[in-house]
Amino acid sequence: MQKYSVFSLIKNAFSDHMNWEVAWKDPTPKKEYDVIIIGGGGHGLATAYYLAKEHKITNVAIIEKGWIGGGNVGRNTTIIRSNFMFDANGRFNEFGMDLWRNLSQELNFNVMFSPRGIINLAHSDAQMNAYARRGNSMRLNGIDAVLLGREEVKKHIPMADFSDDVRFPIFGGLMQPSAGTARHDAVAWGYARQADSMGVDIIQHCEVEGFNVSNGKITGVRTSKGEIKAKKVGLCVAGSTNILAEKLNMTLPIETHCLQACVSEPVKPLLDGVVTFGAGHFYISQSDKGEMVMGGDLDGYNSYAQRGNLPTIQHVLTGGLALFPFLSRLKMLRTWGGIMDMSMDGSPIIDKTHIDGLYLNCGWCYGGFKSTPVSGWTFAHTIAQDKPHELNSELSLNRFSTGYLLDEKGIGTKTWIG
Amino acid sequence: MLYIKCPFCGMRSQNEFAYGGDASVKRPELNKEISNNEWDDFVYNRKSLRGKHIELWHHVSGCRQWFKVQRDTATHEIFKTAKMDEQI
Repeated sequence: MQKYSVFSLIKNAFSDHMNWEVAWKDPTPKKEYDVIIIGGGGHGLATAYYLAKEHKITNVAIIEKGWIGGGNVGRNTTIIRSNFMFDANGRFNEFGMDLWRNLSQELNFNVMFSPRGIINLAHSDAQMNAYARRGNSMRLNGIDAVLLGREEVKKHIPMADFSDDVRFPIFGGLMQPSAGTARHDAVAWGYARQADSMGVDIIQHCEVEGFNVSNGKITGVRTSKGEIKAKKVGLCVAGSTNILAEKLNMTLPIETHCLQACVSEPVKPLLDGVVTFGAGHFYISQSDKGEMVMGGDLDGYNSYAQRGNLPTIQHVLTGGLALFPFLSRLKMLRTWGGIMDMSMDGSPIIDKTHIDGLYLNCGWCYGGFKSTPVSGWTFAHTIAQDKPHELNSELSLNRFSTGYLLDEKGIGTKTWIG
Repeated sequence: MLYIKCPFCGMRSQNEFAYGGDASVKRPELNKEISNNEWDDFVYNRKSLRGKHIELWHHVSGCRQWFKVQRDTATHEIFKTAKMDEQI
């Protein structure tokens, strides 16, 4: 594989950039693979990459209905963080933060990881106490957390409304300085390019129509490009999880919802990190291009539409205006929606299933992007070793029947009630 | 904006309603032994169909009645609404 560097850039400039190698091939599917990953999003591509790199399993295919990176990895608001209170979630995502820090070098692809910090705002003494507790839990797991007072928050975001007569006055906030953002498409493309170079077949425009299971063991998948045999199959399909589960006669603790985001026209740099305004169902950051990137609530009813409804955008931006009045002067550039696999306790599932050789990666709610590397890393381990890694041992499918829920926020799928 | 026909009040905008989830979920029978799997299906497991989906809505800013809606989860087309004791 051609290495990307300033020298290769200069060299290719002499031939008008017409002689670059393709970043990944467009193979026809083989008859059989050791592992098939369904879903060519960030998590699926990362899983294939770590299967090849960490476990030397290279006879792998990624099957994608559309094109790689066209789902939620291309639709999120690029936030990366590990500010969780529960040990299982904290350790899992902090391991992911370590992967993020080295990802550009590892993939030889600039994912533009930018640790610019995240602040969760607090609006009461009780919330400050809760954040102090969460911050302490984070620090016990080796995650950086700083409790900010009102004046310290003001230094970070002086343009917020700090007047006393607002509905939710700012008391302070919890900051994770090492959190940040990354270029989401580059993550998908970087993983795809490296996975391809190690022998993984990336098969696009190939829809899974059914599964072949015999004697409780998976033997292959039926696709729009024919039957493909496989010893092991991993599901990484986020918002399409319920659709494929139905083909397997499985009913999962997942409900599918639409989440919207939007960006404003680009403006000069004014917001350094990410700010969340939970009381107003709103969060915001500024992209490197200068657009204000904003999001908030789910649309509020089951949806596979991949586009949202206006009342939710209005609700989210009403919260945004309450916090940042300057937003009223900005024009909205784009809004879009993605389909979330909302788990019932708000935490993901990376586990084996009752079918031998079938593995499940789902339930990312609206936090899948930040976990892309660690999800791929642990899912690859789970598939290769046929058992969960210690990091994802608590992200089990049976935790709903056993009662060991990871209800970090205690809100599940009806987040607009919480 | 969705427009939903409340069986009691008629056509109103989505802003007046709250969503209540899958209406086909049945609570396990009372006064009998209930297995973990049965509880699991009632509390957590959902089919979350793509296409026609029968669901509960609450006319929270209107008559405050719960009722059933049959809606397409991909196109948001609403086919029918019905009172709780009626079949769709």
